Amino acid sequence: MLHTIALIVENRPGVLVRIAGLFSRRGFNIDSLTVGATDNPDYSRMTITVDGDEVVLEQVTKQLNKLINVIRVSELDPAESVERELAMIKVAAKKEDRSEIMQIVSVFRAKIIDVSPRSMIIEVTGSQDKVEAMVRLLRQFGIKEMARTGKVSMIRGAKVVNP
Amino acid sequence: MGKMSGAEAILECLKLEGVEIIFGLPGGVLLPLYDAIYDSDIRHILVRHEQAAAHAADGYARATGRVGVCLATSGPGATNLVTGIATAYMDSVPMVAMTGQVPTNLIGRDAFQEADITGITMPVTKHSYLVKDAKEIPRVFREAFYIARTGRPGPVLIDLPRDVTADEVEFKYPEINLPGYSPNLKVHHLQIRKAAKALMEAERPVIYVGGGVKYSDGHRELLRLSEKIKAPVTTTLMGIGCFPEDHPLSLGMLGMHGTKYANYAVQEADLILAVGARFDDRVTGKVASFAPQARVIHVDVDPAEIGKNVRVDIPVVGDAKSALTELAKAVEDKPWSPWNDKISGWKGEHPLGYAKDSETIKPQAVLETLYELCPEAVIVTEVGQNQMWAAQFFTHKDPRRFISSGGLGTMGYGFPAAIGAKLGCPDADVFDIAGDGSFQMNIQELATAVVNEVAVKVIILNNGVLGMVRQWQDLFYEKRFSSTTLHRVPDFVKVAEAYGALGLRATKPSELEGVLKEAIDSEVVTVVDVIISPDEKVSPMVPAGASLSEILELERADQPGTTRKAYAGSAAAEILELEG
Repeated sequence: MLHTIALIVENRPGVLVRIAGLFSRRGFNIDSLTVGATDNPDYSRMTITVDGDEVVLEQVTKQLNKLINVIRVSELDPAESVERELAMIKVAAKKEDRSEIMQIVSVFRAKIIDVSPRSMIIEVTGSQDKVEAMVRLLRQFGIKEMARTGKVSMIRGAKVVNP
Repeated sequence: MGKMSGAEAILECLKLEGVEIIFGLPGGVLLPLYDAIYDSDIRHILVRHEQAAAHAADGYARATGRVGVCLATSGPGATNLVTGIATAYMDSVPMVAMTGQVPTNLIGRDAFQEADITGITMPVTKHSYLVKDAKEIPRVFREAFYIARTGRPGPVLIDLPRDVTADEVEFKYPEINLPGYSPNLKVHHLQIRKAAKALMEAERPVIYVGGGVKYSDGHRELLRLSEKIKAPVTTTLMGIGCFPEDHPLSLGMLGMHGTKYANYAVQEADLILAVGARFDDRVTGKVASFAPQARVIHVDVDPAEIGKNVRVDIPVVGDAKSALTELAKAVEDKPWSPWNDKISGWKGEHPLGYAKDSETIKPQAVLETLYELCPEAVIVTEVGQNQMWAAQFFTHKDPRRFISSGGLGTMGYGFPAAIGAKLGCPDADVFDIAGDGSFQMNIQELATAVVNEVAVKVIILNNGVLGMVRQWQDLFYEKRFSSTTLHRVPDFVKVAEAYGALGLRATKPSELEGVLKEAIDSEVVTVVDVIISPDEKVSPMVPAGASLSEILELERADQPGTTRKAYAGSAAAEILELEG
């Protein structure tokens, strides 16, 4: 079972190592991890997707809270939050495949951000399911390279996860 | 306060934190700091190996309740501290470990004596700092001491690059500002009410306490609660001394080498009140069958411990002392019950014991005799059989008078920790109960003790073997004693004398009392070599992976064959076969 955790951490060197080290040492499985700035330069925000049952999730949350540089730990309920991931996919695009690829891009409201004689880079943003579906469809043409950001997530409505 | 060097600022911080003593060993990058130490009032104890600096700081902290401080140079000095830091981390000991580091402009270039010590120690510290600017020194030290001693205590490491200790700094001691750290000490009233109700309803309660009660000074409140509701108390190795072992409600220690009656009581209990303990595998045995009939109340200052190893019915996050105070207030007096009678019966039937012998000295008798002669002694132990005998056969009555590496099980811990304990409590009689194996792991500290006139007494239970591992080989590996025989080398009396300490030896039971008396009366560092049998075992014993109910009385050195008989037909026999 996958759980999404949003973390507010101090923006200091070594914080990412502490968090990654905690996961490996305690045997927790990270499915994805993203980190980026918040509105306040002193803090960063991480979104971690963890694989495990409720007991594992509770331990992960408690152990993360013990780290001095971790300011807040919130589990985000998927039903009450929006989540997005961005992926860049370099796909083999032979002449005869191009129009079909462009159709798929249009259906997924994705973008072609680079074109060369034999390939194109497609940018897609959306839920992980949407990105997965797009990847599945593009596989038939040959995926040469792929870069995904991992998921970021935010609670709907007025509730916030801030320092 | 004005301008000063980084090194002077460090010493100013130590002074403001009330540090009186540090344990360390210098090195190249520490020259500026050691130059400042030369003029300082803070006492510096020069050890012979950095591992001992960490253990001595740890022993000092456990004996006094203050933060222990150690110092080592970059690279190998720092890595030599690691075992000591990990030992302190596993047993939640407040410690600040300072390490030298190569200058900031060389960090990451594999400079001479460079090691990424904050990286290496990350899994075994509560927190750590690499100070990159002398300006940060006051804040970092203030935070480090605060983090080390509050909440669940633990070691904090401060890595100090050479240039940072030499740079100039405007000294100002700041207020603590740690938005990500607020230990939850106050207990929740609703949870206390629930716990008190469960305690009142329970017919067969057991209070199980660990080091948390010791660290929060909650032993008096524990006694009050236990006496009020007549609940028997068992302690972990770390909790030893939190409840007087000569008290009618004492069950002694539980777990792998605990008393039979403590383990039976836990297995039949309908309620376990765990306070400042963490359900370690050496305590629970097979977790699935631990206290099968009991509801569990778990009090701990560290929320992550609650629900980590066992299912908990009533969690109480907070300081052990305040929880025990509130619980003692919330419960009403209960009378002596059939449950208490049942436990008294078990105590009568299955006391801790050993076969008396007129030919060879029994290690158990060494501890019993020491208790008779010096009941107020501070007992520090090494790890292995010596540790278990010290836990079992000395009657412990006060917290902070039993000091032992429980979680990490560090051989070589006891002697340097005893030096630290003695320096922290100079009026106490401090004994290191050692084995010949573990004593040799930090034997060089005899020099530290002699030079600094730290009159600790080392009692070596000398069996010429690595006894605990040998015991397992004897029971589970068909007596194939692979690499556990040490051959009683060296001659410890001569070693002691070579270092300028007093060396004594007892080989026969008739000599034991006299030699121990001489050691107690000695005013110098004393090593007592007590010759015991390599076949003597720690008993009783719950085999690894077995349930606490399957606790066994082991073969005694003078009664060969009893072990096998005891095993036959027991559930543990299956485990033995699996392991064999």
